[in-house]
Amino acid sequence: MFDFDILFSSVLNGLTTGAVYALVALGLTLIYGVLHIINFAHGAALMLALYAVYFLKTQFGIDPYLALPIAIPGMFALGYLLQRGVINRAGHGRDENILLVTLGISIVMENLALLLFKSDTRSIDTAYSLATVEIGPAMIAVPKLVAFAGALVVSALLFWIMGRTDLGRAIRAVAREKEGAKLMGIDVDHVYAMSFGIGLACLGAAACFLLPAYYVNPQVGGGFVLVAFTIVVLGGMGSFVGALVGGFLVGVVESLGGLFLGESLGQIGIFAIFIGVVLFRPQGMFGARE
Amino acid sequence: MNRIAIAANPDVEVRPREGRTALRQLAAIVLFVLAVGCVPLFTASGSTLNFVMMALYATLIAQAWNMLGGFGGQFSFGHAMFFGSGAYIQAIAQLQGGINAWVALALAIAGAACVGLATGALSFRYGLKGSYFALVTLAFAEVFRIVALSVSFTGGGVGLMVPLREAPSNLQFATRSGYLWVMLALVAAALLVTWWLRNGRFGAWLQAVRDNEDAARAVGVNPFRVKLGAIGISAAFMGAAGAFYVQVFQYIDPAIAFGPATSIEALVGAIVGGMGTLWGPVLGALVLHLLAELTRNLFGELPGLNMVIYGTVLVLIVIFLPRGIAGIGLSVRRLWAQGRGGPHG
Repeated sequence: MFDFDILFSSVLNGLTTGAVYALVALGLTLIYGVLHIINFAHGAALMLALYAVYFLKTQFGIDPYLALPIAIPGMFALGYLLQRGVINRAGHGRDENILLVTLGISIVMENLALLLFKSDTRSIDTAYSLATVEIGPAMIAVPKLVAFAGALVVSALLFWIMGRTDLGRAIRAVAREKEGAKLMGIDVDHVYAMSFGIGLACLGAAACFLLPAYYVNPQVGGGFVLVAFTIVVLGGMGSFVGALVGGFLVGVVESLGGLFLGESLGQIGIFAIFIGVVLFRPQGMFGARE
Repeated sequence: MNRIAIAANPDVEVRPREGRTALRQLAAIVLFVLAVGCVPLFTASGSTLNFVMMALYATLIAQAWNMLGGFGGQFSFGHAMFFGSGAYIQAIAQLQGGINAWVALALAIAGAACVGLATGALSFRYGLKGSYFALVTLAFAEVFRIVALSVSFTGGGVGLMVPLREAPSNLQFATRSGYLWVMLALVAAALLVTWWLRNGRFGAWLQAVRDNEDAARAVGVNPFRVKLGAIGISAAFMGAAGAFYVQVFQYIDPAIAFGPATSIEALVGAIVGGMGTLWGPVLGALVLHLLAELTRNLFGELPGLNMVIYGTVLVLIVIFLPRGIAGIGLSVRRLWAQGRGGPHG
């Protein structure tokens, strides 16, 4: 029914989309793995990052890729302050409270964007927005290819931070055994805030790679949240390798689902995977059973 | 059993005369229903009646969520799937089956309960809890939304319109008061079921499972069956709310039916009010609805600002009232009891 060329380009496209999904999911899985909270503000934070990159380009003429050194620390600071200033205070040791707070934050962020920037969908024009390269029989947009490479670099950086630095060791220690880490002299609140900050910093990077081939409006985050949750669960909550592999897998499934089932029904593949994984292998592909 | 559940849960006050408290609660429910039921006798103002009706609607979905989330400890993020199932059954039964609206309402309630039992059976059979249960219900609701968008009998993205035929036999009323009374009857039923959960044997099992599933199993409670019962009841009330929505607005589409907004409204109302309490969801739904109306009227011409305030207040409530609004009453009563010298009143 479909020839190889169409299939090949569909898979390739899925992989490039999946790379950005993976970036979003890496942040989410880090926050879940360390703080054990479902961050419902993740999509809204991505939306804010996209607006930031958009305005850096339109107001100051800064290319999205050159905005990386601004967007990443900016989102990190936002995440650190949110966790220390708001989320940590609202927890009171009850999970449902943290959940409500992240929900409240996302409502505030999305509607602040609606208030300030209106509901218009905006996108940017760059010299490379419409450029494509040929890979075998497939045509791939240059921004998607850059996003793919960029996502891999950022993930590698994240792996290095987690595996090789003192901060990474502290984060892993807190994730595994909070009380023990505290006794070893680790400032748990600081580590929590650092983790949340790094989680949002991933979104800063994702926004820079995403915007040249994408758009932004106040609701743009919602679509990513569910996909990112799917990836996190698929890969195993808290697993970085899982988030990366899961991101690519979901990107490909979405792309193929769209090809075979059409735009709207195609998405169902993602949720079918999600429900199947949660029911039959809740620890995910790379997670350890609790 | 009842004592075990209550003793294990710090949110529930321990009181010696449970029977008298239960009767007093029942009297409070009757008074509440009578008082609200009299509102249309004193005012014919459409906006007032509309406000009361929508506040009751918010109460119904918050209380429905509370039955499973508050008493059962199962945090659903996809209660919209039961709401939407009820709504679509209500609309399709009338449009394609030519069925009377009251009969359709019964079908919608039963259908939503079945959806609850089916998804609950799947989720609980595999022991999902906590975040996993929350996420799987969210995903189920999304699947329902995408299916409703893609198949033809739901009208796809265009949605379904139920024709206007105002007659009480048709569950359509010329004035708001008719809808208000129907809604009040549903809320009364929800309050009675919640009262039963708080004081009856099944509710004690449910709370025992919430507080410690292994301990509950050890004393002979079947957690799977208890949770399944709770999700079925909870879903039935959500289905009723969905059917009511269709009757009032005569329209339903996939985003309204299965989008996350209803799931969020239900759980926020219950948690802000106070989970696992009888009056918490009533208070929570009322306060949030009041807040939403107030900010909409004040800042309606600036889209977004009303929801910014809503979200901010939500965060503040969580920071300063960690046990919900009902927690204030509980703290006051504890202080009062301590003042009189008794540790538990």
